Amino acid sequence: MTPLLDIAELAKRFEVGNKRLLYAVDEVTFAIGRGETVGLVGESGCGKSTLVRLINRLLDPTSGSIRLAGTELADMRARAFAGNANRARIQMVFQDAGDSLNPRYTAADAIADPIRRLKKMSGASLKSRVEALADMTGLPRELLSRFPHQLSGGQKARVGIARAIAVEPELLILDEPTAALDVSVQVVILKLLQQLKRELGMSYLFVSHDLNVVRLLCDRVLVMYLGKIVESGPAAELFADPRHPYTRALISAIPQADPDKRVGRLRLSGEPRSPIDPDPTVCRFYGRCPRGEPRCSAEMPVLRTVASARQAACHFA
Amino acid sequence: MTAVPALAVEDLSVEFRTRSGTVKVLDHVGFSVDKGETVALVGESGSGKSVTAFAVMGILDPAGRVTSGRALFGGADLLALSEHDLAEQRGRELSMIFQNPRTALNPIRKVGQQIADVLVRHGGATRPDAPRAAVEMLKRVRIPDPERRVEAYPFELSGGMCQRIMIAIALACRPALLIADEPTTGLDVTTQAVIMDLIGELAHESGMATIFITHDLALAAEYCDRIVVMHAGHIVEAAPARELFAHPRHPYSAKLLAATPGETVSLAELASIPGGLPDLRRPDLPACRYSDRCERRLDDCARPLPHRVIGERHTVSCWNPL
Repeated sequence: MTPLLDIAELAKRFEVGNKRLLYAVDEVTFAIGRGETVGLVGESGCGKSTLVRLINRLLDPTSGSIRLAGTELADMRARAFAGNANRARIQMVFQDAGDSLNPRYTAADAIADPIRRLKKMSGASLKSRVEALADMTGLPRELLSRFPHQLSGGQKARVGIARAIAVEPELLILDEPTAALDVSVQVVILKLLQQLKRELGMSYLFVSHDLNVVRLLCDRVLVMYLGKIVESGPAAELFADPRHPYTRALISAIPQADPDKRVGRLRLSGEPRSPIDPDPTVCRFYGRCPRGEPRCSAEMPVLRTVASARQAACHFA
Repeated sequence: MTAVPALAVEDLSVEFRTRSGTVKVLDHVGFSVDKGETVALVGESGSGKSVTAFAVMGILDPAGRVTSGRALFGGADLLALSEHDLAEQRGRELSMIFQNPRTALNPIRKVGQQIADVLVRHGGATRPDAPRAAVEMLKRVRIPDPERRVEAYPFELSGGMCQRIMIAIALACRPALLIADEPTTGLDVTTQAVIMDLIGELAHESGMATIFITHDLALAAEYCDRIVVMHAGHIVEAAPARELFAHPRHPYSAKLLAATPGETVSLAELASIPGGLPDLRRPDLPACRYSDRCERRLDDCARPLPHRVIGERHTVSCWNPL
């Protein structure tokens, strides 16, 4: 069966002057199945956002392919994509619900906008669709006439979600959807997302810093480091037994209330290598990796299968 | 063990005057921090964590007013000091790390100069010596290649590096009390761990008292000796970190823990906290500001809030604790 999203050797290189190239996303390959939730983790600057913008077709790739249910999207220019029929099939929930809503649009306007543009709906049918979306996302209908500044953080998050699911996407990209929320509100939004996924049969690409949230929500996890995917696998297995030293460091960094569970943690020293014209023979993690053997600076490890459904890019995984 | 409080906040109340009424932001808040101890102030947005810190530092917004209380520090009441005397304490004895290092640093001044400024103003360093001392400070916060980095402007450094610069500035004069207001929000988890380890080590080395403001309970539990839980301008519970995690006694602390994603729980096991913070402008605020949201409310809860000592350094302000 073809996966919903099939990414192959996708790359984005930015020119940074003097013909030097910044390898933001470097030949990344992965797939997302129908109904699957895939987590994307990694530190700032690792290329998560660029990857998301490529998939969402807000940015043109340098090379590689993006197939959505068999349809190639990488050839289409990002500018042309806004008016394309496929636009409705990939939607996004942005990080800060407050910043991503037009301050002059009411909640109803914000939710109606993509429906009007992509589904050519208007009048009474548009109004009832907006109300149905408000009901689905738990936004009280009487708040639909309010502007973003009159809504709480949790309510704005609901508007952002309602707007994204309004055109019935098959793939929903969630970029840190709860980062700006208090824990008590975060729980409600996460549960809403899980419920909507079940009801609407969407697939999720869930980008987050919060590994505890990723663990709760995702079936599978991709770990990114300096433009490369360095590890992937089912969430439970990856958290229980990380194979790549960077994944181990990420998991070690999760705050741990229980002192007995703090043993054997891995702390990273140093700064990441430069993503500008990286040496193709050196592991991207070299220099920060606690292992770092001569082989690591002579031969870049490729992502390979290390166990059933699990991949890692490390010579020693 | 007789602990010496480095800072004792007693009976602190703060009001903000706004166009739509007076907001009672802090109501009779009291806690202490010992020398060498790290205490976390935790709570949701609007609970009064940062206002507590700002009041102690004397940097409240002009609309805010301290209506009662004392903050005893080194034999003096910080809240009663003149602006001049307070300015002498700040930087030398009292230091603060702010939430967003990029906005807290001067964008058009090299980071080495910014550290040197503090050393010259408060640390007794002379201008010619200060650059070398700044390099030393960068080494202490483990910035690689410090000789080159002192020449950098904040925009040339990553978020984690900027936060280390902030820490270097805050710790330059070996303060007796450090207030860290969400020092790792917006940083990567790997960087967060390194920064928190660093603050912990430096505090331990010099016997510095630290107040750590956060909304991340797990982070507070890992790095702090004690946790003070705030809700709507009240301290509802204060306890040793481990005890609070194992046996929260205030219903709000328990709810907050139940909402925090942790090790084993599934999404279904996480519970949200019903209701929201009360409107702090209300003239008829209930004695217990959590009572409207509370499932354990009794008739007693309308009486003035109790301050019960229920264990070693464990207090709870509730008529019907768990």
